[in-house]
Amino acid sequence: MGKLTLQDKIIQICIYIILIILAIITLYPFWNTFIISINNAGDTANGGVTIWPRVFTLANYKVVLQNPDLLQSFFITILRTVVGTFLSILFTSAFAFGLSRKGVYGKKVYTTLCLITMYFSGGIIPYYLLIVKMHMNNTFWVMVIPGIVSVYNMIVFRSFFMSLPESMIESAKIDGANHITIFFRLILPLSGSIIATLALFTAVGHWNDWFYPSLFITSKHLYPLQSLLNQILATNAATDLMNVLSPGAQQKLKELQEVSNRSMAATTIMVVTFPIIMVYPFVQKYFVKGVLIGSLKE
Amino acid sequence: MKTEIIVPNNIKKRGFNYSLNRLMKEWDIQILIIPSLILIIIFSYLPMWGILSSFQDFDVSKGFFNSPWVGAKYFNMFFHSGDFALVMKNTLILSLLKLTFGFPAPIILALMLNEIRSMWFKRTVQTITYLPHFISWVIVGAFITSMLSVDSGTINIVLMKLHLVSEPVNWLSKPDLLWPILILANIWKEIGFSAIIYLAAIAGVDQQLYEAASIDGATRLQQTIAITLPTIVPVIIILLILSVSNILNAGFEDIYQLTNNLNNSILMSKADTIDIYSFRQGLRGFMYSYGMAVSLFKSVINAVILLVANWLARRLSGNSLF
Repeated sequence: MGKLTLQDKIIQICIYIILIILAIITLYPFWNTFIISINNAGDTANGGVTIWPRVFTLANYKVVLQNPDLLQSFFITILRTVVGTFLSILFTSAFAFGLSRKGVYGKKVYTTLCLITMYFSGGIIPYYLLIVKMHMNNTFWVMVIPGIVSVYNMIVFRSFFMSLPESMIESAKIDGANHITIFFRLILPLSGSIIATLALFTAVGHWNDWFYPSLFITSKHLYPLQSLLNQILATNAATDLMNVLSPGAQQKLKELQEVSNRSMAATTIMVVTFPIIMVYPFVQKYFVKGVLIGSLKE
Repeated sequence: MKTEIIVPNNIKKRGFNYSLNRLMKEWDIQILIIPSLILIIIFSYLPMWGILSSFQDFDVSKGFFNSPWVGAKYFNMFFHSGDFALVMKNTLILSLLKLTFGFPAPIILALMLNEIRSMWFKRTVQTITYLPHFISWVIVGAFITSMLSVDSGTINIVLMKLHLVSEPVNWLSKPDLLWPILILANIWKEIGFSAIIYLAAIAGVDQQLYEAASIDGATRLQQTIAITLPTIVPVIIILLILSVSNILNAGFEDIYQLTNNLNNSILMSKADTIDIYSFRQGLRGFMYSYGMAVSLFKSVINAVILLVANWLARRLSGNSLF
């Protein structure tokens, strides 16, 4: 890079400023929510809490973490994330390995069937009716089984498997191993980094999934975190809306907010997001890698 | 070692026995494939087939096989309903606005990041801007509600301090503000993550080009316009065509969250896009066939646009999806 002219320098400074503002805008909602979660609920209800707590307290966390529904949801979310990610990676990678082999009977048909699903779907309503028909609604498995096969991940896996040296697989075959043994003993151990990358994406997807559980699950003990959070927030918003519609009730609502649902919501958000924020900086590079592998293949 | 199959003469090639023979011969490969294939057929193909119920008077108690066929009744109902024009207008305009503002944003971010020489600063900005991609729309919705809240939202606090507004604005109950809020929220959430692909394309630019240009006295801005931008144009074209072919998908989860799970009736005049309308009528209103007709209408238009976009992509860049 050569010397910078005056114009270059001015542009550079502008870019730095814009990027700093962008970073602040990105982080601020997280920070503000965190501050509200550690600020006294009654004080928060008076408004004006922004970048620093006025009355520090951990009481909100005490209340939220003692909520049995939340703990149950935490458990369900962890369970579905672990089981869902494990099964998804297992099935999807096996599928991809099968389709990466040359001359497999029906390979063209299988691949076409997969690709079509990337561009077309029946939409929510037939899917909903199918799940109800299969009596899968209101079960744990509705959060796991339909998402097991990811065609996108299958394609990424497949191109990775196709890049492995063919001679290695051939020599295992000569030693008498069948493809199942080759897959578990030879291929999977060599695929650590790609498994890690795709497992991370899958796990985040499970952690963040809220719409279908809200649609299919009615019993509280199966509700995942994000759906529970959605429910809590929707109830809050409903009271806010009432507030707007009947200004006379404002004072009453202010009193109600002493037990502030705003603080509770902020604290719940922090609890739900905390695992992602904690893990994120360490695994960020895998996510970037995942995007690039996925985009290079096409 | 090739998988040569010896077919006995008495078995007709391509017949059922031939297929069975080949499947059995390769059982160890097929067993890796078939479980996943069955899942795809159940959870992707059965719903595609089930959408045929849009041509029926679908009744849950009768099921797919016993519900009476009624032809295009529900399609006609949708086209002739007063909602059709509004739903189409909302879908197309919201989607075009999202594209107009949301598409260039990550490109600009990538170009700006490319100008940063301090690796430490660059990496920090990248890490921060990727983060919102990994949180759900539930949380983004909560953030927006909290930021824009009437009595304690930061936006109102700042605007009041700067005396730009005389009293707090109730942002989320104004239908005209729904689209701008949706667009900004989408940019906030995805700008960083979408920039990754452009950054990768920019990284592939030959550094000698910059050196040559700077010897010739080109400023950084000129270099960006004359060198960086042209090299990422192919990527831009492909992604643009993909986005255009999604034009009838104006978003679902974001709208759902910003309208309080579709319960905020004040906003519905702006929030009713094809997907939202189909969901509200079909699932919430139990008019399954009607909802499916709306959704099938969308899928057909989408398929046509996709094919045209694919053809265009092949003509323009030699790249295509299929």
